[in-house]
Amino acid sequence: MSTSRPDDIRLQSDMHYNLNIEHMPDAGGHFGRFGGRFAAETLMRPLKEIEDAFFEAWSDPTFHAERIDLLKNYVGRATPLYHAKRLSRENGGARIYLKREDLNHTGAHKINNTIGQGLLARRMGKKKVLAETGAGQHGVATATVAALFGMQCDIYMGREDVERQMPNVLRMRLLGANVIPVNSGTATLKDAVNEALRNWVASCEDTFYIFGTAAGPHPFPLMVRQFHAVIGQEARAQIIEQAGRLPDVAVACVGGGSNAMGMLHPFRDDPVKLVAVEAAGHGLESGEHAASLAAGKPGILHGNLTYLLEDIEGQIQGTHSISAGLDYPGVGPELADMLETKRLTLDAATDDEALASLQLLTRTEGIIPALESSHALAAGLRIAGSMNQDEIVAINLSGRGDKDMNTVFKYLGWVENTS
Amino acid sequence: MSEANIRSPRLREVFRRCHSEDRSALIGYLTAGDPDRETSLTLLQALAAQTDILEIGMPFSDPMADGPVIQAASERALAAGAHTEDVFTLTRAVREAHPDLGIVLMGYANIPYAMGFDAFAKKAKESGADGALLVDIPPEEGAICDDALAAHDLDRILLLSPTSPDERIHLAYAKGSGFIYYVSLTGITGADMGDMSEIRDKVMHIKELGNLPVCVGFGIKTPAQAAQVAAFSDGVVVGSHFVAQIANATNTCGICDSVSSSAEEMRQAIAAAT
Repeated sequence: MSTSRPDDIRLQSDMHYNLNIEHMPDAGGHFGRFGGRFAAETLMRPLKEIEDAFFEAWSDPTFHAERIDLLKNYVGRATPLYHAKRLSRENGGARIYLKREDLNHTGAHKINNTIGQGLLARRMGKKKVLAETGAGQHGVATATVAALFGMQCDIYMGREDVERQMPNVLRMRLLGANVIPVNSGTATLKDAVNEALRNWVASCEDTFYIFGTAAGPHPFPLMVRQFHAVIGQEARAQIIEQAGRLPDVAVACVGGGSNAMGMLHPFRDDPVKLVAVEAAGHGLESGEHAASLAAGKPGILHGNLTYLLEDIEGQIQGTHSISAGLDYPGVGPELADMLETKRLTLDAATDDEALASLQLLTRTEGIIPALESSHALAAGLRIAGSMNQDEIVAINLSGRGDKDMNTVFKYLGWVENTS
Repeated sequence: MSEANIRSPRLREVFRRCHSEDRSALIGYLTAGDPDRETSLTLLQALAAQTDILEIGMPFSDPMADGPVIQAASERALAAGAHTEDVFTLTRAVREAHPDLGIVLMGYANIPYAMGFDAFAKKAKESGADGALLVDIPPEEGAICDDALAAHDLDRILLLSPTSPDERIHLAYAKGSGFIYYVSLTGITGADMGDMSEIRDKVMHIKELGNLPVCVGFGIKTPAQAAQVAAFSDGVVVGSHFVAQIANATNTCGICDSVSSSAEEMRQAIAAAT
């Protein structure tokens, strides 16, 4: 008997991306009452230049051809959408699908954006890039692109994050980047942003600021969202192909909002519940968390009006999360607007819940997620648990956990806690 | 120099007086509450005695446009327990002692935003301030504060920088009042000054495009620099240089003497400049 060629088994290799910009902010970069460009005068012209260059590039097919070629052949897109059957069974309730951004080159979604902004920087003739980083994933993704394009690269990183994310610091150095520890303020991500902005002010002639999240002054929130839209657009096409329909719920964790906007925004006009999961740290009631949307109020920081964790007089507060990538007192302005217009459902996961879900996914599926992504997983599992078996929850697994192993081992008591 | 668009009678009078004396105004900056309330009051009073306009900084946790010297000032003030209310209390005390001094509150958007711009403008006016300089509210975002400041006759002082094209210079004249604060360098406060002839050319160009006094700041550290800038500007802003004395000194008396004497040097240099 002859075996027939399995013509019906086809690898999904070609993804069609929607290049229309949906849900544009107003001309000043405002999403409802949020966003804008609250920047010092010196940065107004460089920001306008980036805005003009972005719109010009976005309308140029050759820009996208190169970007998408790199996303496919360098980053490894499309990333799989994986039906986690054992995890779903163990958890009970809805079927769980994982968008595997952890399988991207450099181990997280961040590179979708750095490829886009890096190409824009090169197109604008900039010789240097600089960036802030929290967990180090954006720093690594920026340093990677700088190496790829032969650009000089400075990464600003809070001293506290340098200590807890040492493997990423060393990777950035290996990639040729100059990692600059920031000691001011709370010595975490917000202070790294301050320092990056200060240095960009002085160097904007020849330097491009590759901003890492869907926040900051216009056009960064829009631009970062557009460069990450590949996540949700792929997930949408993949779930339709695999399950024949849209998910009931899409879930992503939120620090500043880059993976959340990438995953959730392409479902914005669909009948899909969009859930953003903030870091509840030691619990929202403890005051030690990073849940800007749940516990903050509108304010102005880092160039945009958005929800912030601050005291009654507007002084920005220190935050806590076991995951450095979520440890930020603000959030992207479009998420703030989506929350106020009731298009976003808010959820939160504590340090403990994130660690429990990290272990569950690792043991049931053999996938070690990043601590950031473990927050999305924790809330996603909770939501799925209260749903029916024929329903679907799609969770963005924004990064892999390698960088967090030291933190996890300390938490589990497998290595001595020295910090 | 024109005074077409100066809301505050005091600022108008300051620039009129300087003009008649054929000199530039000296504008000094200190952060309120640095290093503590009591010392801060002494320092502000001492600087007020030597300057035409005093900029009183509102401490903020995240001073993005400031260099290490003024960042440290905010950190010291907040660590010593400074509240926004102290800014007004200190302003009121300085105003009582110096009825003719121009006073500008300077800082970042989030502090007035948190209290509400109407409440902020009302308190600023009541405590004796003449204007506000909010570093991260460019004219494009003025909708959140312009009406409140105008309603209380406070000048909305806007910045221009070496990167500001002509359209932004026109915008600053259209939306700003009091004076134009020209940031002499593309950098943060306290950095090194750039090429003086470039600064002069840009200032002259800005003055040609409108009629507000143009004051120059960022990076002026020596009496010689102050004199050079005074020769082509309506005002010379000195900030980090004074604030640095606070970090360097060991006791209140010492800080006060050094702030006072360095301000006096600046004042004399400006008066002698032609």
